[in-house]
Amino acid sequence: MNDHVALKNHQQEIFNFRLRLVIGVVFVLILLGILAARFVYLQAVRYDYYHTMAENNRISVVPIVPNRGLILDRHGIVLAHNYSGYTLEITPSKVKNLQVTINELATLVDIAPRDRKRFKQLLAESHNFETLVIRNRLSDEEVARFAAQQYRFPGVEIKARLFRDYPFSDKTAHLLGYIGRMNQRDVDRLEETDLAANYRGTDYIGKTGLEQYYESELHGTTGMEQVEVDSAGRAARILSRTLPVSGNTLVLSIDAKLQEIAEQAFGDYRGALVAIDPANGEVLAFVSRPGFDPSLFIDGIDEENWRELNNSPDHPLNNRVLSGQYPSGSTIKPFMALAALHYGTRSPTDTISDPGYYALPGTAHHYRDWKKGGHGTVDMFKSIVVSCDTYYYGLAVATGIDNIAAYLTNFSFGKKTGIDLQGEKSGLLPNTEWKMKRFKQKWFAGDTVSVGIGQGYSLVTPLQLAAATATLANGGIAYRPHLVREVRNSVTNETRKIDNPVEADLKIDPAHLDLIRRAMAAVTQPGGTAVSASAGAPYTIAGKTGTAQVVAMKQGEKYDASKIDERHRDHAWFISFAPVEKPRIAVVVLAENGGHGGGTAAPIARKVLDYYLLGKVPKPAEVPVVTGKTAAVAASGVPEVEVEHD
Amino acid sequence: MTRRQLWLRIIAHIDPPLLLGMGLLMGISLLTLYSASGQNFERVLAQGSNILVALFCMWIVANLPLHILLRMAVPIYVLGLLLLVGVALFGEISHGARRWLNLGVTTIQPSELMKIGVPLMMAWYFEKYEASLTLKNYIVAALLLVLPVGLIARQPDLGTSLLILASGFYVLFLAGLSWKIIAGLFAAAIASAPVMWSLMHDYQRHRVEMLFDPSQDALGKGYHTIQGMIAVGSGGLFGKGYLAGTQTHLDFLPECTTDFIFAVYSEEFGLVGNLLLLVIFLFVIGRGFIITANASTYFTRLMAGSITLTFATYAFVNMGMVSGILPVVGVPLPLVSYGGTSMLTLLLGLGMLMSIHTHQKLVKT
Repeated sequence: MNDHVALKNHQQEIFNFRLRLVIGVVFVLILLGILAARFVYLQAVRYDYYHTMAENNRISVVPIVPNRGLILDRHGIVLAHNYSGYTLEITPSKVKNLQVTINELATLVDIAPRDRKRFKQLLAESHNFETLVIRNRLSDEEVARFAAQQYRFPGVEIKARLFRDYPFSDKTAHLLGYIGRMNQRDVDRLEETDLAANYRGTDYIGKTGLEQYYESELHGTTGMEQVEVDSAGRAARILSRTLPVSGNTLVLSIDAKLQEIAEQAFGDYRGALVAIDPANGEVLAFVSRPGFDPSLFIDGIDEENWRELNNSPDHPLNNRVLSGQYPSGSTIKPFMALAALHYGTRSPTDTISDPGYYALPGTAHHYRDWKKGGHGTVDMFKSIVVSCDTYYYGLAVATGIDNIAAYLTNFSFGKKTGIDLQGEKSGLLPNTEWKMKRFKQKWFAGDTVSVGIGQGYSLVTPLQLAAATATLANGGIAYRPHLVREVRNSVTNETRKIDNPVEADLKIDPAHLDLIRRAMAAVTQPGGTAVSASAGAPYTIAGKTGTAQVVAMKQGEKYDASKIDERHRDHAWFISFAPVEKPRIAVVVLAENGGHGGGTAAPIARKVLDYYLLGKVPKPAEVPVVTGKTAAVAASGVPEVEVEHD
Repeated sequence: MTRRQLWLRIIAHIDPPLLLGMGLLMGISLLTLYSASGQNFERVLAQGSNILVALFCMWIVANLPLHILLRMAVPIYVLGLLLLVGVALFGEISHGARRWLNLGVTTIQPSELMKIGVPLMMAWYFEKYEASLTLKNYIVAALLLVLPVGLIARQPDLGTSLLILASGFYVLFLAGLSWKIIAGLFAAAIASAPVMWSLMHDYQRHRVEMLFDPSQDALGKGYHTIQGMIAVGSGGLFGKGYLAGTQTHLDFLPECTTDFIFAVYSEEFGLVGNLLLLVIFLFVIGRGFIITANASTYFTRLMAGSITLTFATYAFVNMGMVSGILPVVGVPLPLVSYGGTSMLTLLLGLGMLMSIHTHQKLVKT
């Protein structure tokens, strides 16, 4: 009986299950039936419609790439803009034999080996539908010649495109950077940030400099057009259109004329110059020499040019302002002095008697002053004016490396300034902890000695030194250096100011500040190390020279510029601000292998100051063109007296 | 053992009709892939090796006796659940979703494992309490389902979570969940739609909106749908011919080797090809139903039924999405789309079907 019930239940259960299964089968048949019906609808009933769409008059959604935003200097001078030009483009999928077609095209328009190479590269990276550029910037004549023969070349067409142009070319290359063809990495990044749709149709993206940093402002919003395209791929009729929105205009704090003058003032020197408005951190000039032609990069640089730029001993691709790390040399001394005053390890009136060298207590090693025989009795004021090394050896040891590091970090040494560009280096502000981590070694007193005059482990970028100088000029109120003043909406013309709030107030004792500024002002007066800088100037200049050693010298060896290979000569620094009473500009100059700061770097700064404060444009004769200290100083028209090697 | 005996041993647990159906779909996969990838033979080879690896795994599963399958249910489920929690806590974010877990050696997507793990676990559970099923058991089974589905939906991966929800629901349904409750669930689902809407991610809402009006965003999210429909529709009765699909070869179609491979097939082989494909799918699904109907235990019946219905659902969702009647949810066309993971998961399921069928046959004889 029980068995019977169980059996019956089992049968009942199987029956129930099979019933459900049948329902499942019916369900699946309905789903597949829906699909079949849908296919019949799309492929038989609506076939004509979709066939038309796909085949004869393909409707395609064509993105309209927005115009990239302009970049202007503070006075509205154009630094980057777009111009329209013609390109010759090939759709590989519509061409039977690419090689033959290109060879035939070459009889109509110039196609350089460089163009062929680039085309080959594009082809390798492309999808099969894309049209690829074979020639850029066709001349009117070439356009006409091809147009007459176009029927012979199915799949080849002329397109009007916008090209990016940088009127100042190499002079703004390190500042503006450049745009370049998007690569897979760019695409991936856009997809990560969900921006890929807005870049449909866009070929170029900011790669370096401001073009990269402000990509999101400059790009704009892509529009689109639904067009009917005939079988040859020509747009037959526009069905609907959403206009693109051009990218925003960037208005920089850079003064293009000042930038140009600074560039020219360098002559053949390599190096960097940064000019900052101390009152708000606006960068007025941003020069890294030598520059390079940014237009080479836009469509992918060819091998030849790349090798030349990359292997050049002048390192033109190196952005010296941001990423050049150099010993600061004596330019660090005013900041060292402030550190010592802050910690009370030196008072303004403390004096030393300088025998021309410094020795750590109980050791025989001589740390030499740059001046043989020394400077006699030196107090803090004089130590800056004559750039006495001995004074700072002792000062640094007395203050201690960790105190120095803690204080100088306020001036943005050893950390990124946070300027609106990518790729900034942070220099090096060493301390005991750093050395332990880096070398697994204790910090020695001797390490501190050389840091006192900006040598040893310490490294700065020109931008850091400029930011620090600006902070000093501004009485200890620090601003983050920045390049873009405002962003102008391309449609409404509304401008949005870029806020740059006070970064930090260093709360420097006014008496200390006054001492350092007076001393720096005396640097450019007779008796100072950079008297050439202010000769004949109707305004006052505070400055400090510096020399960064490229090659270390042996104990007892004498530095003789003429005997040293040019590239091993010292780098020349000059930091300055003017007018001393109410500083309007801070300028920092680095002339690589320039010898000493007073001789080569200071005259460059002077030309920048003259233009900015007086509107004075240097005469062509004043522009040095020959490499070498003597030539530069002679050409600057300033007597060489009092110019000393600090 | 002679060679013949060895051969018989090897194919003992293979179900020929199922293998035939699968083989046809895989053939279509390779053929279409060659066209979709712009005649890239490497792609075809890669898919070929995906298939071989997956076939081997299927063979292993087909040879596993049923009691081993049964015993693996809990470990697989627990492992899958732990990995899902791991993803929620430490997963890698890609395209705005947290789906992958980096194990150092390799990254894995635990939701794939759960496509098998969830129905397996539920079938195991029902088998265990077969004798005395009460409402409580259905509720526990539902919790076993909702937990991983919730975790996957949160990643967010709405498509996969819905498909796993479906596979689990099929188990519940076949296990005899009362009609009243099913009706109640549907009513609740419809009623909760507005709540779901508010919980959805922006991109998910967008996809649903696009379904109703793809032209709204023809360049962005609606692009897939529009281009897919054009490809299918322009195929006409007999298609444009192999390797001649203009939509595909002019690059109008996105993801044409993976989720949208059906559009390529459709465009080139037309309505006739599509109906043939439906017949092949129906053949595979039908064979699955026959295996289900003949399954001897409660566990195997539920498992086989769920695998078969889920397979059918995948096929429907993918083709429905390409032809514009379902939102774009990122589900591959079973056995046809390019990709190793989905191929493996599907063949593991089909391997189970074979095991279910062949092992009880051996018992009977």
